[in-house]
Amino acid sequence: MSDFLYLYRGGDSSGTPEQMQQSMQKWSSWLQDLGAKGHIKDQGNPLEATGKVVKKKTSITDGPYAEAKDLIGGYTLVQAKDISEAAKLAAGCPIFDNGGFVEVRPIMQMSM
Amino acid sequence: MAEPGDHLFRREAGRMVAALTRLFGVHNLALAEDVVQDAFCRALEVWKLRGVPENPSAWLMATAKHRALDILRRERTARAYAPELGRLLESEWTLAPVVAEAFGDSAIRNDQLRMMFSCCHPRLPEIAQVALMLHILCGFGVNEVAAAFLTGHAAMERRITRGKKVLAGSKRLFDFTMSDDREVAQRLSAVHRALYLLFNEGYHGAHAESAVRADLCVEAMRLAELLLAHPVTDTPATRALIALMCLNAARLPARVDASGNLSSLYEQNRELWDQQLIAKGVRLLDHSATGTTITEFHVEAAIASIHARARSLEDTSWPMIVDLYDTLMTLRPSPVVALNRAIAIAQYQGAERGLAEIAAIAHVDRLADYPFFFAALGELEQQLGRTAEAQAHFREASSRARNMMERRFFERRAHEVGDSA
Repeated sequence: MSDFLYLYRGGDSSGTPEQMQQSMQKWSSWLQDLGAKGHIKDQGNPLEATGKVVKKKTSITDGPYAEAKDLIGGYTLVQAKDISEAAKLAAGCPIFDNGGFVEVRPIMQMSM
Repeated sequence: MAEPGDHLFRREAGRMVAALTRLFGVHNLALAEDVVQDAFCRALEVWKLRGVPENPSAWLMATAKHRALDILRRERTARAYAPELGRLLESEWTLAPVVAEAFGDSAIRNDQLRMMFSCCHPRLPEIAQVALMLHILCGFGVNEVAAAFLTGHAAMERRITRGKKVLAGSKRLFDFTMSDDREVAQRLSAVHRALYLLFNEGYHGAHAESAVRADLCVEAMRLAELLLAHPVTDTPATRALIALMCLNAARLPARVDASGNLSSLYEQNRELWDQQLIAKGVRLLDHSATGTTITEFHVEAAIASIHARARSLEDTSWPMIVDLYDTLMTLRPSPVVALNRAIAIAQYQGAERGLAEIAAIAHVDRLADYPFFFAALGELEQQLGRTAEAQAHFREASSRARNMMERRFFERRAHEVGDSA
């Protein structure tokens, strides 16, 4: 088993209250399902859309600069056999309903 | 992880908008709606990864409250807010307590009531009043309201936008303390009619999807309960209206049989009727018999209570029902009421007499598109053994059916009649 980070990027979650509640219920059942199958290492956190970008000691600006459409909205740490399994699991993510996408990044291994 | 209750977001949307509109003023309804949308976006972002909090409703309210404070502080000079709160929002000393108060449970209930009264503005047609209530107080999106009324999205959007303009133009929400009794009574009866329409749309609505429909009944009852909880709006007519809703809703579980087919009162499994709702309806109906005015809700509820309390069709006291229909004809004459009266007469005076009553209905031509008119003729003809006529009537009914459920029901009756020949 290896570790992977899901980065949830973009997506517009606005809608009618009913649609938004349904969308949330899809997320929780998707994550519950992954958890039940032993794939969740850390359910992760949502990230604020605002923050600071620090480039060097003297340069601290408001950021991040990424376009809203691929701004990172949150992350989850998962476990999977390999990258292709990790990607396949991500394909069930409800973020696609709202035009967002998941970036799947392998966590680098210490031992070679 | 907690699961949010059914339709939690929708419910809370109505509550939050009511509180926010009180703070921002009704002319800033759009701002209130933005704040609600923000609160939901935030809830969605956080809850989807961290789980639903123990008290999701309080979480949403707190989020909306913080955002409201933020806006009131930052844009204090840029906008005019609720005129009735005026200076209280200007000073930091009073701002926080005023906002906290607005988000209290009893304040929210009060504001929902005021919003309900405001939605029933006399300048708006009844259907627009109902649409506006569903949208603002029940959190239905424009597309969901459009689906409820079988209208296109664009048409419903125009109707709701126009309704909001009228609301904004009214400057402040309807105020019980500042209106005279006559004004309150007039507006309350408009509210009753709108809730009645909403309930009936759910109960009899010409819609294929039954789930959507029960929702409308539930929302109408929820809003009506708000009237019952306030001394000014807890009137005999309010009680009669809710009694009627309870007694009819009690029969909802039996209206559709196990295979999803419509089932008429005559063949319903009475075991499935909700006895708790019946008891509540009967109790409210008893409590509605005060004062001097009798409304159509009183009469309709009384009819429903006779059906609800009868153990069987034979056990039903039809003469009483006919008397009540006579009263209803004086309060609200219509060919549909006359048809129901004729059907009740047939129950104890025979099919022949029923057909004669139907033939004597004034403006019977207005029933030409009403499928149950033909179904009634079919039932009575069949009782007289005139199978061919009965079958033809059921086919007529079927060709006028407003949804698949109705069509299947009439087709089945046509079939059964044919088989019995």
